[in-house]
Amino acid sequence: MYDFAYRKPASVADAVKLLATEPEAKAIAGGQTFIPVLKQRLNKPSSVVDLAGLGLSGISVSGNALTIGAMTTHAAVARSAEVKKAIPGLAMLASWIGDNQVRHRGTIGGSLANNDPSACYPAAVLALGAVVKTNKRAIKADDFFQGMFTTALEADEIITAVEFPLPVETSAYEKFRQPASRYAMVGVFVAKGPAGVRVAVTGAGQNGVFRVPEMEAALAKSWSPDAIAAIKVSPEGLNSDIHGSAVYRAHLITVVARRAVAAAA
Amino acid sequence: MAKISLTVNGKAVSAEVEGRTLLVELLREKLGLTGTHIGCDTSQCGACVVHVNGDSVKSCTMLAVQAEGAEITTIEGLAAADGTLHPMQAMFREHHALQCGFCTPGMVMSAIDIVRKHPEGLSEAQIREELEGNLCRCTGYHNIVKAIAAAFPLMHQKQAA
Repeated sequence: MYDFAYRKPASVADAVKLLATEPEAKAIAGGQTFIPVLKQRLNKPSSVVDLAGLGLSGISVSGNALTIGAMTTHAAVARSAEVKKAIPGLAMLASWIGDNQVRHRGTIGGSLANNDPSACYPAAVLALGAVVKTNKRAIKADDFFQGMFTTALEADEIITAVEFPLPVETSAYEKFRQPASRYAMVGVFVAKGPAGVRVAVTGAGQNGVFRVPEMEAALAKSWSPDAIAAIKVSPEGLNSDIHGSAVYRAHLITVVARRAVAAAA
Repeated sequence: MAKISLTVNGKAVSAEVEGRTLLVELLREKLGLTGTHIGCDTSQCGACVVHVNGDSVKSCTMLAVQAEGAEITTIEGLAAADGTLHPMQAMFREHHALQCGFCTPGMVMSAIDIVRKHPEGLSEAQIREELEGNLCRCTGYHNIVKAIAAAFPLMHQKQAA
């Protein structure tokens, strides 16, 4: 790992100032992706700005929204009674990210800002029509994800929280894991809530998370695994690698989506 | 270089570290606590697991500076001052839950966290699932699972569910 200056600001304003004034500065949240990236020397930041001192962790429910602070760990989301009650699929998803040790450090904000095409959280955020709150604005999920490792975030913009609209009538997440890495080969989040019926797929697309409008329309008419059994997703734009072809992943999307609907029924 | 202060195995320590120094490097190289191992160095194998403020964490995937003010427990901090083993260590010995021993410190630290976080009880399947972040290449999982199940009632002072 190349060395860097470590900074731990105490306010969002100070963190933003550091990121804005130093073009090579990078933010660190839980570090479960970023530290491995630094070890591989894929990134050479002049400074690493730790977001742990900004008071951005915590979970709260107000009348029509579940709000999760950006620095809330996967473990905290997974065991939260409030999350389990309001959006069980979200707690389920968080409990399956990485392993216990990764879940104790990794955060929802870090996962979203990184937007790994195999990450689980983007599927939930898109399917639930969540809003990503930053120090500058509120970004709708549909506008936030802009391709592999690419988001709407600007260089001096920090995610502060994610707001999930309530009430969510039903939700579930199902993933087909690559057997060695346990990352999602295909992960599907299905939800029926204020944003309507939505189906979001992660792990499969070359450009990251995406929705499946045909499945959404079918499920809006009839919420059952059978309603989407005959829907075939095109392999165009899906990943092909040593773990599986685009055609295989396209097939898996329907299989995994059916399982998710069954789990949410 | 930055000076950091933290608590390791109940003792206040301070050290000069670079930004890039990993927690496991601080423990092994600066503090001489070589019980915590470096296996894969890619946050997969779990040989480097320690407790940070009561949670199991891979110390190869945390910066030493991030541990400022934290309470760290390593494998060296488990046994009592008179040498009495922690119940998890005792059960690993009792059930011969190791062959080469390289993964053992991380296994023990993860196992203690698993048992603590599940006071309601743990099935064998759950123990195996919860151990996802720790790899043993001697294929010794069977006895490790037995040891954890045996340590459960000792740690919670009741029979395992």
